[in-house]
Amino acid sequence: MKHVDEFRDKALGERLFARIAALVPRAQRRLGRLPVSRGGQPIKLMEVCGGHTHTIFKYGLVGLLPEDLELVHGPGCPVCVLPIGRVDMAIELARMPGAVLCTFGDALRVPGSELSLLQVKAQGADVRTVYSPADALTFAQHHPEREVIFFGLGFETTAPSTALVVREARALGVPNFSVFSNHITIMPTLRALLESPELSLDGFVGPGHVSMVIGEAPYAPVAEQYGKPLVIAGFEPLDVLQAIVMLLEQLAQGEARIDNQYSRVVPPAGSLLAQAALREVFEPRASFEWRGLGSIPSSGLQLRAAFAQFDAERRFQLHEAQVPDPKACECGKILAGVLQPWDCKVFGTACTPQTPIGACMVSSEGACAAYYNYGRLTTLRQKRSSTRA
Amino acid sequence: MPERSKPSLQSKHSSHFARIERARRKPGRVQGPCVDLAHGGGGKAMRDLIDDVIVSAFGTDRQSLQDDQARIALAPLMATGDRLAFTTDSYVVTPLFFPGSDIGKLAVNGTVNDLAVSGAKPMYLSCGLVIEEGLSLEILRRVVGSMAEAAQAAGVTIVTGDTKVVPRGQCDQLFINTAGIGVIPTERNPHAQGILPGDVLLVNGTLGDHAAAILLARGELQLESAITSDCAALHGLIDSVCGEVDVHAMRDITRGGLSAVLNELAMASEVGLVVDETALPVRADVRGLCELLGFDPVHMANEGKLVMAVAAADAQRALALMRAHPLGQDSAIIGVARDNLPGMVTLQTALGERILDMLVGEPVPRIC
Amino acid sequence: MCLGIPGQVVAIVDEPKLLGLVDVGGVRRVINLSLVRDEQQPLATLVGLWVLIHVGFAMSRIDEAEAQRTLTLLAELGELTEQELAELADQPRAELHHEAEHAADAASDQERSR
Repeated sequence: MKHVDEFRDKALGERLFARIAALVPRAQRRLGRLPVSRGGQPIKLMEVCGGHTHTIFKYGLVGLLPEDLELVHGPGCPVCVLPIGRVDMAIELARMPGAVLCTFGDALRVPGSELSLLQVKAQGADVRTVYSPADALTFAQHHPEREVIFFGLGFETTAPSTALVVREARALGVPNFSVFSNHITIMPTLRALLESPELSLDGFVGPGHVSMVIGEAPYAPVAEQYGKPLVIAGFEPLDVLQAIVMLLEQLAQGEARIDNQYSRVVPPAGSLLAQAALREVFEPRASFEWRGLGSIPSSGLQLRAAFAQFDAERRFQLHEAQVPDPKACECGKILAGVLQPWDCKVFGTACTPQTPIGACMVSSEGACAAYYNYGRLTTLRQKRSSTRA
Repeated sequence: MPERSKPSLQSKHSSHFARIERARRKPGRVQGPCVDLAHGGGGKAMRDLIDDVIVSAFGTDRQSLQDDQARIALAPLMATGDRLAFTTDSYVVTPLFFPGSDIGKLAVNGTVNDLAVSGAKPMYLSCGLVIEEGLSLEILRRVVGSMAEAAQAAGVTIVTGDTKVVPRGQCDQLFINTAGIGVIPTERNPHAQGILPGDVLLVNGTLGDHAAAILLARGELQLESAITSDCAALHGLIDSVCGEVDVHAMRDITRGGLSAVLNELAMASEVGLVVDETALPVRADVRGLCELLGFDPVHMANEGKLVMAVAAADAQRALALMRAHPLGQDSAIIGVARDNLPGMVTLQTALGERILDMLVGEPVPRIC
Repeated sequence: MCLGIPGQVVAIVDEPKLLGLVDVGGVRRVINLSLVRDEQQPLATLVGLWVLIHVGFAMSRIDEAEAQRTLTLLAELGELTEQELAELADQPRAELHHEAEHAADAASDQERSR
């Protein structure tokens, strides 16, 4: 497959691993650190986006990286960061008589306070998986007697598609369609991570498809204010490895810049049309609750007043309940990059993909699911503790 | 003029009686455009349905149908082998017809394959139908016709069955259960616990075709493609291999895909299985569908593919034998068994190694 | 929100609604092209182009030149390492540290000046 297979090439991958192995000690030296084998600290790079977490585990990249490089898995998994209270609201919508809740497949098994959408569907609620928000609108047009609600999830990558569909719904005057918006934005999250005292990161592998929409400029504070490099990366394994090389090179030279590895897809300014659609339909919420990270100001998107009739929360007068995570659940710390999955006491025992306690284990790109499904081999080779700062 | 003798009342009645009896004994003709509850009632309507639609298609011996059960002589079976293989499966697929196959062909081939992977010669099938009230007779004839055709192609006979009709809404159009018996030749013993460290794993062709065809046929994802189900009976291919090579273990790849089968085998045999992801045969368009939706072909169902484990020394021969068969042209060696990490399946990707586990539920399209 | 896949636009299906047929490895789907269109050009100019598809929408045009440049860079990154390693193999241990840094610096300078 063109534009895909070339970026999965084994020979090129091996060279990149060799390059990374050569650069890591140089970066450590530049940062004044001893190697881990002599009691020092590894280079810590966070891959923000869950899609990168998925790639890293799917291709077994972790096992091939040097011990002195640690990849910290960030909260860029829009399903993982959904608080229980919002899942409960989606369930409430699904249970309304005559309603059809259209959702991406990712959200089906996320546990709410008691049940998941899949379980509610088994009980008789009409929950349908869609590939695109456009399919939900088409369904609404073909079934005027049903209330069709689209469960909108995702960062700035997905939000423009929802925006375009809402715009079309208004233009066509579709009376029975609305969106339950759980769209979130990336920069407030990055700031929250950079401000966090528990976390000390050396650089970021930046979300390629979010950047395709927002461009490079929004990341400027990461380098300018916080002095950390960020390299926007594509999602094939060579993309991720190349981005890591670019980050290590910056660190080895004492630099902190925003750079773009994914230039074949990400224009520097992003997508002006997508940004315009977002601005027209959405506005930032005062704040939005993130699982594990708490409330982050301006991080959520809600529909503007002009589109109020398409906003399921207003249309159906939903109220958000603050539901605390289960006691045993450490998803919050894992999402914040403070803990690794195997450090969580219930990982792999009470919490498994079959019996998930938290969203990190349900979403295919959640760090815990990725680790459990693909990567648990690495604990046989390396024992890392989370107590390093 | 002599009085013509009028037929007596008695003889008039007896000729009517004979006429009715003659009509009553003729093979039935089912009435109406669709199946209704009367057809499941056990009475004449059901007799007509069975005669006209089912038996006539399957060609079952009318005399043997007069008993409640099929009777099969043991001696010929014992001349073929020393164990009976016996399996059952129910088929509830929607839609009933999809590119490359239909529920009927599936119901025959699926059960034939479950027998064949034991090394058995598949011989006799039963056919249980649960029909939703209102199903068109035209559809029922098509499905039953397809079963008959598949049975003939596979060299098996459908010798017994059952028919039920349920009220509208109590089943999704048509459910089929087939049970099958076959005979396993003495020298053949592929079994789940049979894999030894060093054994080589092979598949007979491309993965995920059936699941992809069903997804396309359901139409919910609005995808267009030439992908067809790989529904096929594998006993011929299996015979050609088992005739020359000792197959240690063999399973057909159905729901759950290759990952499910390999995990079950790894645990049963208590070996570690290492699979080379780059060696897995996958059609370009099935790959395209997987990339688009976020699926992995290793988790997707087939209906005409198997995985087998043979000793390393036999691997090339097994591969050549499969490739020589029409159902094995894309056969490939995909991995090996080893002692470490017993019970686990790992996948060697183009880059690093990862675990290959089963999915929890069904694959669903994802955005992340 | 990351599952985006490259596909090629093969036909325009509905011009007013900005819908096109996109091919991904032989599977085709109707995709919304409104985010990748150029308003000065007819929609048909998109036919033959590669786009990044996400949830039924083409989000970005794939820049072939940039794709090639990325691949070239990848290949070159690897080559420099082999060269460095070949040189390093002949060095006595004490000088290894300095040599490695020097070679890597030179390589990075070369890349940056591109």
